[in-house]
Amino acid sequence: MRGKQKGTLLKIANRIKKYWFYLGVSLILTMAAVAGTLYLPILTGKAVDCIVEKGLVDFEGLFAIFKTMIIVIGITAIAQWLMSLCNNRMTYCVVRDIRKDAFEKLEILPLKYVDNHPTGEIVSKVIADVDQFADGLLMGFTQLFSGILTIVGTLGFMLSIHVGITLVVVVITPVSLFVASFIAKKTFDMFKEQSITRGEQTALIDEMIGNQKVVQAFSKEEDVLERFEEINGRLERCSLRATFFSSITNPATRFVNSLVYTGVGITGAFAVLRGFLTVGQLSSFLSYANQYTKPFNEISGVVTELQNALACAARIFELIEEKPQVPDRKDAVVLGEVTGKVDLRDVSFSYVPGKKLIQHLNLAVKPGQRVAIVGPTGCGKTTVINLLMRFYDVDKGAIEVMDRDIRNITRKSLRASYGMVLQDTWLKSGTIFENISMGKPDATLKEVMEAAKASHAHSFIKRLLQGYDTVIGEDGGSLSQGQKQLLCIARVMLCLPPMLILDEATSSIDTRTEIKIQNAFATMMKGRTSFIVAHRLSTIKEADVILVMKDGNIIEQGNHGELLEKDGFYAKLYNSQFAV
Amino acid sequence: MKSLLKYLNKYKKESILAPLFKMLEASFELLVPLVMAAVIDRGIEGKDKNYIVSMCFVMILLGLIGFVCSITAQYFAAKAATGFARKLRYEMFSHIQRLSYSKLDTAGTSTLITRMTSDVNQVQSGVNMFLRLFLRSPFIVIGAMVMAFYVDAHAAIVFAVAIPILSLVVFSIIFANIPLYKKVQNRLDKVLLVTRENLNGIRVIRAFNQEEEEIEGFDEKNTALTKIQLFAGRISALLNPITYVIINLALVVLLYKGALRVDSGHITQGDVIALISYMSQILVELVKLANLIVTLTKAAACASRIQGVMEIPERMEDDSLNGREKESEKEKKGHFGEKGVETELQGKGTELQGKETESDVSVRFFHVGFTYEGAGGEVLIDIDFSVKKGETVGIIGGTGSGKSTLVQLIPRFYDVSAGSIYVDGKEVREYETKELRGKVGMVPQKAALFKGTIRENILFGREDATDGMIEEAITVAQAKEFIEAKDGGLLSKVEQGGRNLSGGQKQRLTIARALVRQPEILILDDSCSALDYATDAALRAGIKGLSYHPTVFIVSQRTASIQYADKIIVLDDGEIAGIGTHEELLKSCQVYQEIYDSQYKKEGR
Repeated sequence: MRGKQKGTLLKIANRIKKYWFYLGVSLILTMAAVAGTLYLPILTGKAVDCIVEKGLVDFEGLFAIFKTMIIVIGITAIAQWLMSLCNNRMTYCVVRDIRKDAFEKLEILPLKYVDNHPTGEIVSKVIADVDQFADGLLMGFTQLFSGILTIVGTLGFMLSIHVGITLVVVVITPVSLFVASFIAKKTFDMFKEQSITRGEQTALIDEMIGNQKVVQAFSKEEDVLERFEEINGRLERCSLRATFFSSITNPATRFVNSLVYTGVGITGAFAVLRGFLTVGQLSSFLSYANQYTKPFNEISGVVTELQNALACAARIFELIEEKPQVPDRKDAVVLGEVTGKVDLRDVSFSYVPGKKLIQHLNLAVKPGQRVAIVGPTGCGKTTVINLLMRFYDVDKGAIEVMDRDIRNITRKSLRASYGMVLQDTWLKSGTIFENISMGKPDATLKEVMEAAKASHAHSFIKRLLQGYDTVIGEDGGSLSQGQKQLLCIARVMLCLPPMLILDEATSSIDTRTEIKIQNAFATMMKGRTSFIVAHRLSTIKEADVILVMKDGNIIEQGNHGELLEKDGFYAKLYNSQFAV
Repeated sequence: MKSLLKYLNKYKKESILAPLFKMLEASFELLVPLVMAAVIDRGIEGKDKNYIVSMCFVMILLGLIGFVCSITAQYFAAKAATGFARKLRYEMFSHIQRLSYSKLDTAGTSTLITRMTSDVNQVQSGVNMFLRLFLRSPFIVIGAMVMAFYVDAHAAIVFAVAIPILSLVVFSIIFANIPLYKKVQNRLDKVLLVTRENLNGIRVIRAFNQEEEEIEGFDEKNTALTKIQLFAGRISALLNPITYVIINLALVVLLYKGALRVDSGHITQGDVIALISYMSQILVELVKLANLIVTLTKAAACASRIQGVMEIPERMEDDSLNGREKESEKEKKGHFGEKGVETELQGKGTELQGKETESDVSVRFFHVGFTYEGAGGEVLIDIDFSVKKGETVGIIGGTGSGKSTLVQLIPRFYDVSAGSIYVDGKEVREYETKELRGKVGMVPQKAALFKGTIRENILFGREDATDGMIEEAITVAQAKEFIEAKDGGLLSKVEQGGRNLSGGQKQRLTIARALVRQPEILILDDSCSALDYATDAALRAGIKGLSYHPTVFIVSQRTASIQYADKIIVLDDGEIAGIGTHEELLKSCQVYQEIYDSQYKKEGR
């Protein structure tokens, strides 16, 4: 744990290094500000000494001190201000860099990572953790240095006035620290319990509200509420304990402070009586005594905050340092003219090592051929797509496009030669135009409209209030599933790449619209190699090659007629369409 | 914020005692400088050691009493705040439970979740801070001022001038910062949106080689965030230096005034020290107050978001029909003269309904119209049909033709905008929602499962289901095979949202969940789309063979799924384009013919 923390600290330091100038300036300014802050009570004390009693006021001395005071005040204030600016800049820039790195990492992470981690978890790393880290870092910059400097400075100033009283302060103050850390230790478990319970509750909320409609459909509101209230009650109890016990810290340290104050008062008074100290110096001491414990408390607060920030940073760095996908080979070629020849040679693949999925798959696709992938639910049809697009790399064997192993082709050019429409429609928040033109950012409105017309999306887009400039919310917002699907098809229509991958793309479009789309697809597919994952046997029938999959394996391969003749699994599947 | 405070009612005692004890503590704190002044003036000037020692005991005593008061206050504040948060969470959660589908649609799930978690936490700490500090800090500021006047009214005028100026500066900086804070939050939300979107669409983004554009877009949002953070930071950076300057300049003036007053013999040196102490106490409290206000404004922003959720009207009350009927009756009367035809039609409908109630009508749609809240056009127009018990109804039609909406009206997930729906002869609005929904087994389009075991998920449909019932449900739902293939069988784990299951497996489990209730009405809302034909057919055959003969509604895109239904309803743009059996429709309904042809012509039939 220690070593890990150290590692994280080093990484943070590395990132701050870029802004060393601000760091340096900030340090110098902090020193100036602290020195000014500490010097002022001394000046005040001197001023008090000029005011002895009736008729014994040294106005000349007073004015001289006032002049110094004003200068010190001015310098301190300016130093404080500039220091804040430097710290802000440093923190927010470091944080910006980290977010940027994290996001850039997301773009090159292997899909395996993304598939295996819940979206919420990754998002919370990039957003919440980074935010928390920023808070901690800012607090660290502003309060840690100045806290330490204040302690050291106060000690110095106090020693310079009177050693004995300083000792009183130094001896009593640790009591306050001890109390604070004692409470912190005691409450740590309570806070942990609170956050665990909170997590438990959030999970329940997340699940139940996320599926609120189902809960209501089954009239489960009361049951769910009961479960909720049970956790809620536990949360209240542990939250009360954590809040209360941790809130004792302040009064407790305040009490210790008042002990220090009294201690300084009594020893100071005696020292004055014995003539070791002036009344003004006693007054300086009193305000030091008030100030001295404050940075200790602040530092202990900062340390907790920093520890938290470190934990957050560690999580972010974990993401940033996650192994990226295998980069394109240096000698990887850019796929030029693609006729659509695709070969799978003895391909084996599995998501989890040891759990065999695709084994020794061979397939030769000639340019312009249509490959239909069929099989019962969950037989691994999408896996083939993952491999073709190189979202995942094969374990054994090779996939070749134009007789070239796709691992020797740049990902960019490989993917650009495929047009893909997935089962999960995905749209980004933005205008309809932006969404369709995604694959071809320089497309004109006319081109976009044409693509939309070809995919029969035009008619509904036209009816929207702002037409192509209609802004759709996150994940398609208010559009129906079918409309979203149409937009996804239009997106591919616009680019018309030489190869197509259609993953049950038409399953949520009604059949009347679908027939139009299929016509459009037919035009689109002409001369284009296409891989279609579909349930509709009517589509499949026209395929040149049908891959029949079961449990991740290709068990049959051939065209419709051949497969029927074989009277195997495919024939059974086909006949069941009409057997009710 | 104010309207949420009613949840504090139960903790009235605590909410009053907490600030009171805080004030008590503050009062003792205010006495300390006076005691110290006495030590200096009487103890030191008079060289009275005993006096000094006894005064020090007084100070320790004051500290001790303050300590006890303060802990008491903290306890009450924590108690009130956590209790408040619990009540608030409970109320919110149960409120959300009672929201209607259309409200849930508009509110959005993720919003509701953040409101319930992080927003409530913020409000909780806001209440806690508020109870602890809202009286204490102003009390000390004013108290210190009063004490200063008590020490010497003449010198204390400095306080009277400095404190208002200081307050003005502090508060204007804070208030300038509040809208900025909101902006920061807004931009952070945008960064969040891009990140989440990117993850959800990662395949499409990579397929379209959009990585660089995405990074660019993110950069833009990220930089915008940094900019506003820096800007907000610049303003709040002013706070400390300016307070520092004002308070210390006031100190200089105070020293000067004090010097004059001492010179003229009105006050003593100890008094001057006491005045200085009060000045620094005020500074400390003002800073605390400023922090309190920042926390409070954050909490207030969260509170108003929570309030927004609480203000969403709950779903139609169960007895809402009474009021509605009166209204529509009035309307009827008003239209009587002009629209004779319509009334006649309505009369016929009621008559029909009366007749069929006795015979076995399960579901009756009576001239139903429906419009989604906030959306313009009508989704369903004059839908009118009835279904006998045990019949199977297929509903087919184009995207957005209103198929899903139609079936969702049966368990009253939405309220009709016109006409009425009867289940078992009773208007759905006359039912208690629970009773009505108890009759219905719904399989929604989106297959949603809960974390737990497969068995638990099925039991969600009916808690007291016997093993035999579960067995039957999974068999009919065609889920038995894959469940048994799993290591744990029925007891194998389902991850949140059913992530570890395939789409088809999820659909089959949601079907089993609905079947286990042995519902009178079974609704399959396009919920077999991920099933292959063979499984789909086996499922339908299984449902047919159920001993309790439910009325079945099947929404589908495929004619194959519905062609053997007793009755097929063809929807086209929210209107009924035809009702009848497969054969009848093939003859009479053009829309149906088109749909059928699109799917079968190529098969050569």
